[in-house]
Amino acid sequence: MFQPSPWRADFPAIDALQRQHQTYLDSAATTQKPQILLDALSHYYGHGAANVHRAQHLPGALATQAFERSREKVAGWLNAVDSQQIVFTHGATSALNLLAYGLEPLFEAGDEIAISALEHHANLLPWQQLAQRRGLKLVVLPLDSRGLIDLNIALQLIGPRTRVLAVSQLSNVLGAWQPLEPLLAHAQAQGALTVVDGAQGVVHGRHDVRQLGCDFYVFSSHKLYGPDGVGVLYGRSEALARLRHWQFGGEMVQIADYHSASFRPAPLGFEAGTPPIASVIGLGASLDYLAGLDAHAVAEHEAGLHRHLLRGLNDREGIRLLGQPQLALASFVVDGVHNADLAHMLTEQGIAVRAGHHCAMPLLKSLGLDGAIRVSLGLYNDSDDLQRFFEALDQALELLR
Amino acid sequence: MSLPMAAQEALNVFEQAAGWEQRARLLMQWGERLAPLSEEEKSESNRVHGCESQVWLVAEQQDGQWRFKGASDARIIRGLLALLLVRIEGLSSAELAQLDLPAWFNQLGLGRQLSPSRSNGLNAVLQRMSQLAAGA
Ligand SMILES: Cc1ncc(COP(=O)(O)O)c(C=O)c1O
Repeated sequence: MFQPSPWRADFPAIDALQRQHQTYLDSAATTQKPQILLDALSHYYGHGAANVHRAQHLPGALATQAFERSREKVAGWLNAVDSQQIVFTHGATSALNLLAYGLEPLFEAGDEIAISALEHHANLLPWQQLAQRRGLKLVVLPLDSRGLIDLNIALQLIGPRTRVLAVSQLSNVLGAWQPLEPLLAHAQAQGALTVVDGAQGVVHGRHDVRQLGCDFYVFSSHKLYGPDGVGVLYGRSEALARLRHWQFGGEMVQIADYHSASFRPAPLGFEAGTPPIASVIGLGASLDYLAGLDAHAVAEHEAGLHRHLLRGLNDREGIRLLGQPQLALASFVVDGVHNADLAHMLTEQGIAVRAGHHCAMPLLKSLGLDGAIRVSLGLYNDSDDLQRFFEALDQALELLR
Repeated sequence: MSLPMAAQEALNVFEQAAGWEQRARLLMQWGERLAPLSEEEKSESNRVHGCESQVWLVAEQQDGQWRFKGASDARIIRGLLALLLVRIEGLSSAELAQLDLPAWFNQLGLGRQLSPSRSNGLNAVLQRMSQLAAGA
């Protein structure tokens, strides 16, 4: 049965891609953008760009207002107490790097950082490098057979030496919600700070950072139907206050002398230099768009497509799923077929999916794989997109086997 | 400069290929022509990095002429390797340096395989080949 997407027409690029015979199934990498966002960017650039937080003139005041309104919208989206808990960065990656540098002084040699075995390189390498700089131990929490962090083991590994726990909310490879609640509660009881990589999780459903109880939550705008070049770091006020300043320059400073300076607190103290103003304003527009959707209908739609995807993959012989994906995406390999060859055949047929290690090389290696194909869904996808994918897949497998 | 015989043969069949399916089939067939590498030749130092699959490239020079061998665990890149090797077989370093390889793949109707976002590794293979040829 045909499952249309009621929101497809809100995303002009989907139509444009279709005219180029491209079926976009790579939304976990980045999403297409709603018209409202294009309008907001065009309005900002068309009505007078200006730098924020520094100019007294009218264009500067308007830009600053719009910029700060986006901060409030992000705070509202995450149910943060205060918009001053929202720091704009250049992406999830830069937010995680900010944390790994900002928290550095809190560590002493021999302290531990706990991450999980499924982390994206963005939530692995900043901590790994911090561990190397400071002589810390990086503890890797293992997964169970469903692709979830193994709680029995994790709760033993997170102990009094653990200073930071940094884990993904939703894996970009395995598509499974991680058991954050018990992990975060346990880590906090041990006195550790908690960091949640929400890059994938934030895209599906609304998440309340107060309810989650994490100290920090990060995500990238471009995966949440927003512009690229912007990321968000949410921090509890007490947690933000523990961060050391990490990048220095304009606007983050209170008083500067040739030989010394004092710095502003969060958020501005962590937004050195001119921020991506248009993109921040655009993110606000995307959040307005998302806030206007029927969240229940979106969740139903995504769940329906995901069931369709899993059914189609399970119906075909020799296809092996990675983990037990619950939503949004599915990664798979085909017995006897190299994923690079399959990727080639799908690309030739205009199917835009991702092949390779998905920026999680250690995870793929631990699964005994050097790559996999990932199909990921956005709210604009419909069942015809999946149908085209399956036809292309069958055609590819026929050629390859 | 006239084409080596096997290269001319490749050009004839690829020029006639209609559609992506036939080109993919041909690529896989040509990949089967690669002379196998020994286990020693599949060494880390012969690995070409930057490919989605494992690719090895071995270069030897005999009497001023280049002899390359290549292998991969994926079939499409094997085909692309085979088409590269038939074009450069027996060339001298000077000839190799002058050769416009992207043009060769364009002639075969495979130019898109060289676009920077393709991670099949053909770009990495070409880079590695010119390094090997320049270093000797
Ligand atoms: C789980 C996860 N974390 C972090 C990132 C990094 O995001 P960005 O590249 O936008 O900084 C990604 C993006 O793929 C991701 O999927």
